[in-house]
Amino acid sequence: MSDFNVLTHNLIPEHHLMSEDEAQQMLSELNITRDQLPKIRKGDACIKVLERIHGPIEEGRIIRIVRKSDTAESFEVYRLVIKDVKR
Amino acid sequence: MMRGVSKRIGSIRFATISPDEIRRMSATKVITADTYDDDGFPIDMGLMDPHLGVIEPGLRCKTCGNKVDECPGHFGHIDLAMPVIHVGMVRELKKLLESTCRSCGRLLMTKEEAAEASEAMDAVDDLGGDYIDYRLMARAAARGASKKEFCPHCGQPQEKITLDKPTTFREGGHKLTPKEVRERLERIPDEDLPPLGINPETCRPEWMVLTALAVPPVTVRPSITLESGDRSEDDLTHKMVDVLRINQRLRENRDAGAPQLIVEDLWELLQYHVTTYFDNQTSGIPPARHRSGRPLKTLVQRLKGKEGRFRSNLSGKRVNFSARTVISPDPTLSINEVGVPFEAARELTVPVHVTPGNVENLRQMILNGNTPEFRDGKYVPGVNYVIRTDGRRVRITDRNSELISESLEPGYVVERHLMDNDVVLFNRQPSLHRMSMMAHTVRVMPAKTFRFNLCVCPPYNADFDGDEMNLHVLQSDEARAEALILMRVQEHIMSPRFGGPIIGAIHDHITGTYLLTHQNPLFTKQQVLDVLTNINHRPLPEPHIIDGKEYWGGHELFSLILPEDLRMTFKASICQNCPTCKKEDCELDAFVKVRHGILVQGTIDEKGVGSFKGKILDKITRDYGSEKAREFLDNVTKMAIGAIMVKGFTTGIDDEDIPAEATAQINDALSDAIKKVSDLVAAYHEGILEQMPGRTLDETLEVEVMKVLGRARDEAGQIAGRHLGMDNSAVIMARSGARGSMLNLSQMAGCIGQQAVRGERLSRGYWNRTLPHFRKGDLGAEAKGFVKNSYKSGLTPTEFFFHAMGGREGLVDTAVRTSRSGYMQRRLISALEDLKLKQDGTVRNTADTIIQIHYGEDGIDPTRSVSGDAVDVDDVLSEVLGDEADLLTRIGETRQVGYATVEKDLMETMEEEEFEELDYDMGGDD
Ligand SMILES: [Mg+2]
Ligand SMILES: [Zn+2]
Ligand SMILES: [Zn+2]
Ligand SMILES: [Zn+2]
Repeated sequence: MSDFNVLTHNLIPEHHLMSEDEAQQMLSELNITRDQLPKIRKGDACIKVLERIHGPIEEGRIIRIVRKSDTAESFEVYRLVIKDVKR
Repeated sequence: MMRGVSKRIGSIRFATISPDEIRRMSATKVITADTYDDDGFPIDMGLMDPHLGVIEPGLRCKTCGNKVDECPGHFGHIDLAMPVIHVGMVRELKKLLESTCRSCGRLLMTKEEAAEASEAMDAVDDLGGDYIDYRLMARAAARGASKKEFCPHCGQPQEKITLDKPTTFREGGHKLTPKEVRERLERIPDEDLPPLGINPETCRPEWMVLTALAVPPVTVRPSITLESGDRSEDDLTHKMVDVLRINQRLRENRDAGAPQLIVEDLWELLQYHVTTYFDNQTSGIPPARHRSGRPLKTLVQRLKGKEGRFRSNLSGKRVNFSARTVISPDPTLSINEVGVPFEAARELTVPVHVTPGNVENLRQMILNGNTPEFRDGKYVPGVNYVIRTDGRRVRITDRNSELISESLEPGYVVERHLMDNDVVLFNRQPSLHRMSMMAHTVRVMPAKTFRFNLCVCPPYNADFDGDEMNLHVLQSDEARAEALILMRVQEHIMSPRFGGPIIGAIHDHITGTYLLTHQNPLFTKQQVLDVLTNINHRPLPEPHIIDGKEYWGGHELFSLILPEDLRMTFKASICQNCPTCKKEDCELDAFVKVRHGILVQGTIDEKGVGSFKGKILDKITRDYGSEKAREFLDNVTKMAIGAIMVKGFTTGIDDEDIPAEATAQINDALSDAIKKVSDLVAAYHEGILEQMPGRTLDETLEVEVMKVLGRARDEAGQIAGRHLGMDNSAVIMARSGARGSMLNLSQMAGCIGQQAVRGERLSRGYWNRTLPHFRKGDLGAEAKGFVKNSYKSGLTPTEFFFHAMGGREGLVDTAVRTSRSGYMQRRLISALEDLKLKQDGTVRNTADTIIQIHYGEDGIDPTRSVSGDAVDVDDVLSEVLGDEADLLTRIGETRQVGYATVEKDLMETMEEEEFEELDYDMGGDD
């Protein structure tokens, strides 16, 4: 594996690991449960990069993604980490 | 709850039927090709055997004892004398023959390979793959196995299997009979089947070679008795008769030890009949025909295609209270209305619940009967049915109307004819967006077409060259309320596609407003009255008195229908985009200024009131609401039609007439260009043409030539244009945005120009030349598709041919593009159809999981956006600052081009393409 960091690529939006507190706050603000969030695989290239920073990321953690938006300048989405595809 | 239901279907499995099962479910064996005896009774063990079900009323089924409609019908079977290939299975059969050993029948895979294949299959199962994944895996396994040259189990060298369409297999050139095929398939062991995607519990390969044929119940192929008393049999029965006849002859010949050649011929004939019994459009064999020459409709034909069982009977939906007829225009109708013919109104009904309040009215209406006379030349609604409290429907006739009228009491439901102001849904296919089906209010009127205001053409994409539309009458108060609030035409003036008006003036309406307002012409009192009749307008100002006569200006007339506090400033379509805009002093009268609801100056054209672009329309809808916008549009259409009738307007071929000296000038310019091209070609041949950087010499020549010829066409257009002024009707239409473009005009008056395929000059056709009229290798203008003539002067034969080549590309492009974008849209819709915008601004699916946290990321409804922007800053500024805002707009003009502007530009070019398509409208009648 090369040590290229995909997050530095200009087509990849910012990915941040949310702390449990932040996650709880976001969930209560949106009045939703974790399972209602969009998902991201644990094997996703971005998660692998985040794991190099934060150490292992378990299933059930939430990733905050900040996208550039043509209509809203920037826009946040949240994704729930789920199990990797079986190989 | 359904009573007596004690069983429930857990699952359904489709599998290959075995000959055993065919025989087991068979109610009778069919052995004779005869159907009825001389007395008209069905022959036992014939195709109409009473064991197969009943079709004649009064008779009872010999299998289940039930009568017609109770007996579901029962299958029979035919034992085939020799096995026959099933056409629907040939691909599967080929795969099986290729991937198994010709000697021992084992799968051509080593143990390890087979294990690997089944492991991969299990993995697909774990990951929740569907049948498509399995099919892919099975195909890959079969492909791998069929490449083996020797059997890994017995070492037998394998031969190549080929398929002679439709049903003949060959192995290394030698023909395999169905019997041999079947024997080979029988040898394949059960455990070798799963890697090929076959479950041996439900499907043995040899079942794909038929030894018994199921005979469908008579209820599936009923015979019809004609008036003459003759029986006419179903196509399937005819086909089964053929099968039985040949089967019989084959059996006799085989048993009598006839020569091999004769037996083989009969066998092939049997194969033909069985094949066409399944699919009578199998490629490679002639379709079986009826005595009249009509091809038979056999099993596949019953299911396949538009008229097949699936699309026509299972997914096809039919509704009551609907009508379909040709459409035509009526500018006197409101955009909310639809004109319905009397004949349709008398068939379409609205249910009215009888209450003490309306009982007297309804009694009167029932007395009118089901086809009331016109009263004072006016349409009178009648009643078709009355539904009594016990649920009985009573048809109203002249004889019973009095009786029923008297017995009418609250609780009854009266189905009365359609009347003015009833709410209906109106639709034109293809229904591609929500504006394809809108709610209109009815106007019952004479003649036999549906009519509506021309402003509503763009959302339906309708024209009147024979288009038909559908109308549905709403049947409940809830439906009517919902339709009026959500689906009414006036609620759809703004399009969610681009945040502008999609309903607006088109064609003659734009010409009309142009004639009314351009350079503020004066109208006499009589003309003013003609224009303003039937228009609900503000009070007329004092007239201008000239030579003792009263006159009103066009601007004053147009102002009568504007809201009283409207304030706008914009450039009209006729604006030439001068380098520095002269604003108020524009001599083209293209600078539009509205202050306090008065049109101070400027021309109202497409940019003012047109659909897609109308700025006034946009502003009124946004700031004053849909009701006012509707009123404005109704008034604009009437006023525009009034103005165009008062002024008079026509166009003809002489609008493209230009003086002889202009024609000479154009010819000179074109000859010059052609001369220049031949000079370039000469330079190219001499090798003195200067090569452009990054291009080959050939490309350089092409680019230069295209440049010269393009310039020549433009020049011809300009010369022609100089003689086509704003006094010319065709030019008025092109410049005001009503119809056509200046390019169209210059191609008619000046020169058509270079024809191109894939962006290059024409080059294909003959060897080294386009047509035999030119020398091989001729690179000159005429030889490669330059059309010097205009549409009006007429094309030479070679030019005509080149033009057809270029035109064909356009047609192919649109055909390909529409089918591809239609497919893409269908896929998008099925992916997004059940998403819903929730109260909290999130977009969710049916499982209530979040798709988008904030709708569209910015929470903006594109319908209410200003061409995609959430806020129209310029509009807000001019509201607040008044005339000072003009200063700010000037600053705004220098502002960088933003994202939304780019999008808007894209949209505008797309629109132009859409109009282009209209010109090529060649699809049959409309
Ligand atoms: Mg049409
Ligand atoms: Zn029966
Ligand atoms: Zn073998
Ligand atoms: Zn101007």
